[in-house]
Amino acid sequence: MAAIRALRPVDGSAAPAGPGRSYPSILDVIGGTPLVEVPRMSPNPNVRILVKLEGVNPTGSVKDRVALAMVEDLEARGAIGSDSILLEPTSGNTGIALAMIGRRRGYRVALVMPDNVTEERRQMAALFGAEVIDSPGSQGSNGAIALAKVLVERDSRFVMPYQYGNPANPRAHETTTGPEILADCPEIDAFVAGLGTGGTLMGVARYLQRAKPGVRIVAAEPLPGELVQGLRSLDDGFIPEILDASLLDARMLVSNRHAIAALRDLVEREGIFAGPSAGAVMVVAARLAREMERGTIVALLADGGWKYLSAGTFAKNLDEMEPELEGGVNWW
Amino acid sequence: MSVVRIPAVLRPSVGGAREIELPGASVGEVVRELVARHPGLGGQVLTPDGDLNRFVNVYLNGEDVRYLGGLDTPVAETDEVRLLPAMAGGRA
Repeated sequence: MAAIRALRPVDGSAAPAGPGRSYPSILDVIGGTPLVEVPRMSPNPNVRILVKLEGVNPTGSVKDRVALAMVEDLEARGAIGSDSILLEPTSGNTGIALAMIGRRRGYRVALVMPDNVTEERRQMAALFGAEVIDSPGSQGSNGAIALAKVLVERDSRFVMPYQYGNPANPRAHETTTGPEILADCPEIDAFVAGLGTGGTLMGVARYLQRAKPGVRIVAAEPLPGELVQGLRSLDDGFIPEILDASLLDARMLVSNRHAIAALRDLVEREGIFAGPSAGAVMVVAARLAREMERGTIVALLADGGWKYLSAGTFAKNLDEMEPELEGGVNWW
Repeated sequence: MSVVRIPAVLRPSVGGAREIELPGASVGEVVRELVARHPGLGGQVLTPDGDLNRFVNVYLNGEDVRYLGGLDTPVAETDEVRLLPAMAGGRA
């Protein structure tokens, strides 16, 4: 792991140049995120919990890894050209990551987002030059996915990386996140991450299956609100194509309320500022820690808290906030 | 009796109820009792072979029963059984 990047000596003199201190481009800064112990978050003194801080990636989330891997895969396959437009359904982080990478690499980017995502996400996508196409907020990510699939059929310039079905997504984690975790924490007994596309969990699981069999792979998932359950039938449901449920050892639901409470504990006790899905991951890590006699848990915190400030995530009264969390799209 | 929470998409088939108290010593017994009382749910929840439909997830106290004992998972009186549709949620 890159130990301490670009830390200047306290006397103000220039930091010496060398590997790990300067990078050819912002894209080379992606990954190599720190693993930090959070003893005040473990309910069991015999179980250590360490958190991997994906919020330190250039656009502030784990999705930098995924977006870069998907774009490089399209380039390697010759599936993208100078007139292509990258089109992706996303409620935020993947879109912002694609927008930044598109700008750096010279591709147009269009993002299909539910119309009720936080303003910071729209602003960041726009900042990097992406066009935002609204999908109905009441249909959550399912609605964004459905609309993106229609659009890509209509215009041949659209190229959809499609994180839900693209093997480059889990591969990014199999080749980077997983090896980083094991190198920094060879004693790992359990890995916890949020379940969205399934990319993080699948990739890390595949790597650990080979490199250290027996590590428990546990998914944390948000309890969906009534609004995003607006399906006409169960057959309108959605299972990401890249998700192989057999690679998981457990899957646990976390209510929005418990997730936000844990997120605030993380800031207060450990000084770590992360997004709401990190709260859910911490709830599940604590549940595991209570069940274990001893051992070490690594929990991946997918993003920083910056994009959730306007939603009152860190300030509002939890009772007042609960109805607003129902939509669930503020998760990640 | 354990409490079974019904997702919005299935409520029209159970007379609009959000939760129903049902007897049963295992998740399978509870779910089959639910389907017996509300035949309209039939094929939506269980396949003709009696397995869970792949688009429905069943949680016992918040944990997916597919990773516990499946439909054979024991259920206690105070347990909460929750049915949810498989969906992308807000996570991308």
